[in-house]
Amino acid sequence: MLKNRIIPCLDVKNGRVVKGINFVDLKDAGDPVEQAKIYSDGGADEICFLDITASNENRDTIYEVVEKTSKKCFVPLTVGGGVRSIDDINKLLNCGADKVSINTAAVQNSKVVEDSSRKFGSQCIVVAIDAKRKDGGWEIFTHGGRNPTGINALEFASKMEKCGAGELLVTSMDKDGTQSGYDIELMQKISSMVNIPVIASGGVGTLDHLVDGIKSGASAVLAASIFHYGTYSVNEAKQYLASKDIPVRI
Amino acid sequence: MDVTIVDYKSGNISSVINSFKEVAKDKVNIEVTSDLNKIKSSDKVVLPGQGSFKSCIEGLNGINGLIDTLREFALYNKKPLLGICVGLQMFADIGYEEVETKGLGWISGKVSKIDNQGGKFKLPHIGWNQINIVKESKIFKNIENNSHMYFVHSYEFIPNDNSVTAATTDYSSNIVCAVEKENIFGTQFHPEKSDKTGLKIIDNFINL
Repeated sequence: MLKNRIIPCLDVKNGRVVKGINFVDLKDAGDPVEQAKIYSDGGADEICFLDITASNENRDTIYEVVEKTSKKCFVPLTVGGGVRSIDDINKLLNCGADKVSINTAAVQNSKVVEDSSRKFGSQCIVVAIDAKRKDGGWEIFTHGGRNPTGINALEFASKMEKCGAGELLVTSMDKDGTQSGYDIELMQKISSMVNIPVIASGGVGTLDHLVDGIKSGASAVLAASIFHYGTYSVNEAKQYLASKDIPVRI
Repeated sequence: MDVTIVDYKSGNISSVINSFKEVAKDKVNIEVTSDLNKIKSSDKVVLPGQGSFKSCIEGLNGINGLIDTLREFALYNKKPLLGICVGLQMFADIGYEEVETKGLGWISGKVSKIDNQGGKFKLPHIGWNQINIVKESKIFKNIENNSHMYFVHSYEFIPNDNSVTAATTDYSSNIVCAVEKENIFGTQFHPEKSDKTGLKIIDNFINL
């Protein structure tokens, strides 16, 4: 039986791990390579690096982080943040990333998703959707949640599936950093609509939130703060999910 | 000993390289090449594969003499060869991803899309699934039955002769996820991304 995945996410800025509250107010805390190794040794099903300020700063630091991490972690590694082009994707994959997540570029030009999934395979193309509630629906934002687009999140999710995305990483901007749980309705709507796996993101504060995320239909749950600040270990989270009859790899 | 990972521009192979180097340490020389002479003279060959069946076959065809060299290595000289993911799928006679494409024909069978039962099962089949070991395989030495392995695929290899099947995994149906036919081995899952158990499979292959 396929297990539900727990994915700790490390927000990386200038080669260092940080975690923001609602995408701003960053705190520095740790070396990404070391953190990733702790997670993979602790049973993380995948590791996600998000280079949060890559859109407008020198991003070469991330390549070195990915290269070092991939030599120490033998679970899948997803890298996102500032991925603009086929060249960027190629470079990250060559450094040892297994999947690349695309956000702003996918919105600006869906051909990037089409071309990259054809060139590298859908399995390594994750489209990251940052969505915020508006008028009874959800609007997507780009540039790390800074720019509104007027695009409906559900329509966009469906479009990305057609373009060849292998997975969707759905983050609720209303919930991100609040530790009040995922936007369950958003996760339900998107995962019931598409036939590709959905990774729920944004808002985890307790282990019950992870349970709720899986029950919403997501194939994987992503969390940062609860793991990063040591509130829970990945293993504790998995044991808890297992105790709630949710299939996980232990 | 020399183990060659075939580099035929089939997508991302850095994780395969990293994992083999991690396991090999200094005992075994890991080459990453498409040089036919190097492949011929190596002791073992790893055939990775990402992307589509069609693009991988095109990648092999794109290097003059590569398929003949691999065939000689595996079928005539009977030296150990491990196919990973699409690397395994290409052993088949035919694949149906994108368009009907002729495979290597080393293990009789076809590669078809996983039946998602009308959307009940999401595709790609991504994540950790347990393997059911159905026959003793040298690459599963000291691997417990029902171990978790990391999968990413939408197509499955369906062999004509089930005796080649070494393990299956349950997703929509019993999917063949490992094969062994004499000196030819293949895994649909990614041992290079399957944590310590995956590294053990790589170790088993290197130590054949």
